[in-house]
Amino acid sequence: MTGLLVLALYVGAFFGSFFIAKAVFKSAFEKKGFNKLKTVTFGDESAITANRVASVISVITVFWLWVAFTNSAIPLLKFPGPFSGDMTFTYTAQLEDGTTDDATVTMRVYREDIQQTIDDEGNPGREPDPAEVELGDGFAKNDSLTVARYSFKVVNVWANDEVSKRDGSTVVAINGQPIAPGESIRVDEGTIGLTDKGTPTFEPAVGLRMARLYLPAPEVVFQRFIWLNQEGYQGYTLLEHTWFSLKRVVLGFLIGAVVGVPIGYAMGLTGWARGWFDPIVEFMRPIPPLALIPLIIIWFGIGEVGKVVLLFLAALWIMIIAARSGVSGVAISKVHAAYSLGASKWQILSKVIVPNSLPDIFTGARVAMGVCWGTVVAAELVAANVGLGKMIVTASKFQLTDIIIVGIIIIGVIGFAIEVGMRSLENWLIPWKGKV
Amino acid sequence: MSGLLINDISMRFDLPNGGHVQALKNVTLDIKSGELMSVLGPSGCGKTTLLNIVAGFLAPTEGNIQLNEEVVHGPGPERGMVFQQGALFEWMSVRDNVSFGPDMKGMSRAESKEKVEHLLDVVGLQDFKEKAVYELSGGMQQRVALARCLANDPDVILMDEPLGALDALTREKMQSLVLDLWKDTGKTIILITHSVEEALLLGERLLVMAPRPGRVHKEYRLPFADMGVGNDLREVKKHKDYAPTREEILEMIWNMEEEIMGRTEENA
Repeated sequence: MTGLLVLALYVGAFFGSFFIAKAVFKSAFEKKGFNKLKTVTFGDESAITANRVASVISVITVFWLWVAFTNSAIPLLKFPGPFSGDMTFTYTAQLEDGTTDDATVTMRVYREDIQQTIDDEGNPGREPDPAEVELGDGFAKNDSLTVARYSFKVVNVWANDEVSKRDGSTVVAINGQPIAPGESIRVDEGTIGLTDKGTPTFEPAVGLRMARLYLPAPEVVFQRFIWLNQEGYQGYTLLEHTWFSLKRVVLGFLIGAVVGVPIGYAMGLTGWARGWFDPIVEFMRPIPPLALIPLIIIWFGIGEVGKVVLLFLAALWIMIIAARSGVSGVAISKVHAAYSLGASKWQILSKVIVPNSLPDIFTGARVAMGVCWGTVVAAELVAANVGLGKMIVTASKFQLTDIIIVGIIIIGVIGFAIEVGMRSLENWLIPWKGKV
Repeated sequence: MSGLLINDISMRFDLPNGGHVQALKNVTLDIKSGELMSVLGPSGCGKTTLLNIVAGFLAPTEGNIQLNEEVVHGPGPERGMVFQQGALFEWMSVRDNVSFGPDMKGMSRAESKEKVEHLLDVVGLQDFKEKAVYELSGGMQQRVALARCLANDPDVILMDEPLGALDALTREKMQSLVLDLWKDTGKTIILITHSVEEALLLGERLLVMAPRPGRVHKEYRLPFADMGVGNDLREVKKHKDYAPTREEILEMIWNMEEEIMGRTEENA
């Protein structure tokens, strides 16, 4: 249900913010440059540019949804949270002879993540003591217990009563309302019920926000980010985890490119090489690198060599195919022209084929870097001593969701940075791409 | 004897289904040094195949090509080639494209500088020499292609529809340029074209080829190329012999095309 609510809110934000933004940021909706004079833009893809106001609102919306569904301290509009604090309910106990007595139960509901919080003096939070209550009169005595948010408590009301359950005392009503075993009643603070054997239970209301275990608030993740940089996790700081992952990717990719590109050229230039490598390339290409991980671990262990070999294999086939298609993409008239101008075979290769295949090789390199980045994280998830994937998988075993989220964000940001970097490198190195 | 001898060339392509195509049959031509020859013909008459054989990109099934009494066995710098388009090197500047031939010979930039600068002047691209070729218009790109070919100082220049992709106005300017370059350099030029007008204007000698099998159908000796050197080509077109010759050749090619269509229909 919460999922549907998120979806409805997101769709609502998409359309709602469009109308609001259109009224507020008029200039962002004006066509720019030559497009100003175009009357037909619907269907003309070249006239469509990304509306940056939409991008900003989109990111803000995701952030707000994150805040709204967590117990965040950020002062943004949030959904109803879980009940926290003291509440009481009364129960009515009945003996076999029909006499009844009422008593109250005081429940103290505390933060489920109390142990992960720090007070002003730097001490970690502790679970609170139950509220002090008087026992009261009658055979049923008043009880006081604690329960964490998002949790559930079986309340043994007979623990301090004069007549125990075994001696025939049963709970017949909660807050004056008759209740049978297996039934429950709802109050604002939560749900009070009886188990099948007649013991009262209390489950505090959870609202719509998610517990820290499932989705930590943004500021919690940010604090964890700082902490990871200062203290580190599993013996390495966040920077070191990132650096190890990146180093593996760059090394594996570079070796893959250095080996793959010449093989690709050879396949494009000689029939022997094409015949020789074709079966290998065609066989290995469809195998996902992840499927090779077990074999790589058996052969090379879980150290650096195995990772680099795996990434080398991930990049190799992509680079071979990119170089081969780069050679086949050379217009024959260019090769003919170069021969007619007196170029030797070596000069044809270095002056015509290599530069002409650069756009294809760059496209391949972009794909290979993306695949390598995905593969390294997966490989570290399986086995590693250090690395972002290792950090995530270890954190998941200790239910440190905030570290997992920090890791995911770093992985996304670096993947994006790799793509942007490769693209600007491409624009700088091969300005003629797409202009021929 | 210096010049280009096309010696009884026949070209047969075997097809995968066991049949074959006779692209050229017994073509013999003696082209003198400094001659400007244009080649016309309907599609499929083998004119591009002939040019590729002369350039050395294809080996004929019979006959041979002799340049200055030496048999040609492959492409070489003494036979320069100008393509329709797309044969320039986009990753190089205009100047680097032009000096490609000298660079390949191992000539230093200092040695080739004078020639390259001169050719850039001749084709009117001095101001564009630092530009990348993809920044130039189609007409300018063909000027670069001409200059690149001339920089290598070939004996024969082979042009495969070099102006085919240009608009009419640019094409006319380029035709004048080709004539001027021919006169200035004294190179032997073989030019393949689809345009009858271009063949008339840019051919001292005009060859009409016929298809199936590809062969020389008729040869003309024309005065228009000489008249056109340094003159307005539109004036040349007003010459009394121009229009009748054009009509005669058009008629000839029309008939060939219709014959091909007829045969295709029969086969179908």
